Amino acid sequence: MKNDRKRTFLLITIPILALFICFNTIPLIRGVYYSFTNFKGFGSYDWVGLRNYMDLFTDSRVGKSYLFTFKLAVISTIVTNVISLMLALALNSKIRAKSFFRGAYFLPNILGSLVVGYIFNYFFTYILPAMADMAGIDSLSTSILSNPNRAWIGVMIVCAWQAIAMNTIIYISGLQTVPEDVYEAGGLDGATGWKQFRYLTFPLIIPFFSINMVLCVKNFLMVFDQIMALTKGGPAQSTESISYLIYNNGMSGGQFGFQSANAVIFFIVIVAVSVAQTSFSGKKEEQL
Amino acid sequence: MIENKKTNWPVMALLILGLSTIAFPLYMTIIIAFKQPSEMTTSISGILSLPQHWSLDNFREAMRVTDFWHSLLNSLLISVVTVVLSLIIHSLMGYALGRNKAKSKFYNLVYLFIVSGMFVPFAILMMPLAKQTAEMGLGNWVGVVLLYVVFYMPMNTMLYAGYLVNIPVALEEAARVDGASTWRTYWSIIFPVMKPMHATVAVLTALAVWNDVMTPLVIMAGSGQNTLPLAQLNFQSQFGTNYNLAFASYLLSLIPILIFYIICQKQILNGVVNGAVK
Repeated sequence: MKNDRKRTFLLITIPILALFICFNTIPLIRGVYYSFTNFKGFGSYDWVGLRNYMDLFTDSRVGKSYLFTFKLAVISTIVTNVISLMLALALNSKIRAKSFFRGAYFLPNILGSLVVGYIFNYFFTYILPAMADMAGIDSLSTSILSNPNRAWIGVMIVCAWQAIAMNTIIYISGLQTVPEDVYEAGGLDGATGWKQFRYLTFPLIIPFFSINMVLCVKNFLMVFDQIMALTKGGPAQSTESISYLIYNNGMSGGQFGFQSANAVIFFIVIVAVSVAQTSFSGKKEEQL
Repeated sequence: MIENKKTNWPVMALLILGLSTIAFPLYMTIIIAFKQPSEMTTSISGILSLPQHWSLDNFREAMRVTDFWHSLLNSLLISVVTVVLSLIIHSLMGYALGRNKAKSKFYNLVYLFIVSGMFVPFAILMMPLAKQTAEMGLGNWVGVVLLYVVFYMPMNTMLYAGYLVNIPVALEEAARVDGASTWRTYWSIIFPVMKPMHATVAVLTALAVWNDVMTPLVIMAGSGQNTLPLAQLNFQSQFGTNYNLAFASYLLSLIPILIFYIICQKQILNGVVNGAVK
């Protein structure tokens, strides 16, 4: 009987583990291997040692894409969390048609981000300038997506539009864990409004805040669909995210080996950011 | 109870106002999808007014250009097969690892190994995977499904293993005394008990797969087949400046998931929250 149990567990684990290794671990190792070669994606290639990595740190296009991606991730994360926290508080207050509002505000999250990007692309290119013209705001009368200094704002808005839906629903589930009598007790001590939020509500939903931060940063760092639909990295490579650069130059630009090195660095960055966030929020929770 | 609950009207007003940020892009999409190019003037009122005739011509044309039914079928096939395989494979893996990782070093190691796959960005896998799937003859929907099963394994296995902690082993032991094998016990007792987690996994996996662009883009590029999002990408150039046609196509690609959301809204919201919080 005992042997049957052991055998069954092994028979389950081994094939599934093999599948995982075949399509996750082996390509990962191959990716690291290619990063030491000058492979173009076809034909023969040579071992070049660390040259790709050296070039990576001096390549201005790569540097620019890291700057853009991090700027987008940090600002989008702040914007998304501030708005979704306010929205969650509103949706959790005493309102009518609660489930309708919650359902409606979650809608953006289920829509495919590529198509959402295309729809917003049209909005930024035609509707917004036309509106600005009518209102007499000259600075907005050309498409923000065609301006190298402003295109990232367009990308940020689309990213946030979808992420807010997700974060709000997580904050709401956090707010529901706060028992009503905490507010009542706090009310007696004069904790209302901002004070109530700052000293009562927020500390109690810190775990949900952590979840949202981790989710946001990870998703925004890997942004791809929105770039594809809105700007294709332009204008003047000002909105080239790391994922987009790796895809574009690695898959069709003949830089398979070089972009593999970029991907390896990107992987290390993602792991470092995730680990840092997890340990940081772990400490924060302990203090409280 | 309900009587002394006062409605917060200012907040209600703000929430209704805020809904316009969601309603407006959808309104715009619907309006433009139904219009003819001749009705599109450059002024705001020209773009945003109601169409003169509600005709389905744009949709018919968009369906023809993007081969809509084929793409829809591919998307459905990929999503359904991925979800079914995920429920079977990931729950089994969650069971094997969840039941053993506390007392066995080997299983604990396998568990950590699989879960750490969550940190691997697709960007590093995509180039080797494009090569590998092509070499293996998997540059098609089967390859895409296999990859999804692998990509979502870390998350789903973790969810299942976490859920199993609350299911007592005694439940299985009772069946074992009756002479049932572990394999049979799993399917007759454990698998049905994990039903709430199946719902969460199914929702999360289905949403992610349905909307994913990158995997089919990289893997199926040479196959001549499209998923719904991929069709939007590939036919972008054919729409040219006919935005009415393009928007009809966008709307068509959004309708299936909108219908799904309207029908299963509660399950979707629960699934998404469960998946994120656990």
